[in-house]
Amino acid sequence: MSQKPFEEIVAEHGPTVLRVCRAVLGPVDAEDAWSETFLAALSAYPRLRAGSNIEAWLVTVAHRKALDHVRAASRRPIATNELPERPARDSGSAGWESGVWKALEALPLKQRQTIAYHYLVGMPYLQVAQIVGGSQDAARRAAADGIATLRQTLLKGESR
Amino acid sequence: MMNERRAKVDESGLFAALPTIDEEVSRRLHRRLVEAANAAGVLDVAYRTIDTPVGALLLAATQKGLVRVAYASQDHDRVLDGLARDVSPRILQDPARLDRVAREIEEYFAGRRRVFGVPLDLQLSHGFRRTVLSHLREIGYGQTASYAAVAKASGNPKAVRAVGSACASNPLPVVVPCHRVVRSDGTMGQYVGGVEAKDALLTLEATA
Repeated sequence: MSQKPFEEIVAEHGPTVLRVCRAVLGPVDAEDAWSETFLAALSAYPRLRAGSNIEAWLVTVAHRKALDHVRAASRRPIATNELPERPARDSGSAGWESGVWKALEALPLKQRQTIAYHYLVGMPYLQVAQIVGGSQDAARRAAADGIATLRQTLLKGESR
Repeated sequence: MMNERRAKVDESGLFAALPTIDEEVSRRLHRRLVEAANAAGVLDVAYRTIDTPVGALLLAATQKGLVRVAYASQDHDRVLDGLARDVSPRILQDPARLDRVAREIEEYFAGRRRVFGVPLDLQLSHGFRRTVLSHLREIGYGQTASYAAVAKASGNPKAVRAVGSACASNPLPVVVPCHRVVRSDGTMGQYVGGVEAKDALLTLEATA
């Protein structure tokens, strides 16, 4: 069977990949990571084996691109004082309800990744584990711990 | 462009507050991808559609030139699937690469253009059919030629039917003027875009 035009791949999977990038990286870097993911995917697309799970393939590429951003960010000097009442840094943050990214950002990276791949994409933990490394059980635990923390943080925020 | 698909297992409901992906975000990301893909030289086929008096036309171009023009009756989705198979699956909607072609086609339908100047990529046509296409381009605006005459010009006077099938499979209708080939008795004959479209083009060229 021949491959679909890549335009269809973007239409079908673009939103899911963006949600993943947003959950893992937050509003500022998400669109950069999305663009890098789809450029790399377009480039490699003709070599993709027939019958491949395209969503899993794209999430795997997005996982690596997001890691690049995380590593780059960890090498950047950290501002000692957060500016008060900082306005939205760019259009990428439009529509974010305050608190959600803050709560996600406070989680360890692996918890954010497993939550994104399992809860936002709908991947089974076996597949999640293949992407983040480690065992299926470890992936399940990371996601469960992350969700528990998130629930606590966000519910606490609501009752304030 | 992108259809928002609800995450299937957000049973926690915790992500309801994540921003939705609206049209504006989709368009911005798509535009960015197209730019990056062009800069990296990995956008093998760019396409767009334009509205014309003979319906919506699909225009597709490789980096070499215009590779495909298709009528709505040919089913644009199927044509794109064919391009993915026969040229490359690295296909994105990119109106900018087709700007010049679109402008020339608009001028043609407005009666202000008689010859197309855009570079063509004839890779979808092979052998005798390709020879036929090159001779079609010698039939001037407002002129017609019979299938038999084109067969003769293409070096095979007996291949009248083959000329018919070369016209029927012309990957670049309108621009490569297979509509100017008619039957020896003066009647129009068949057309890849339907007889009505052929009639419209011939009438346009006779009166413009």
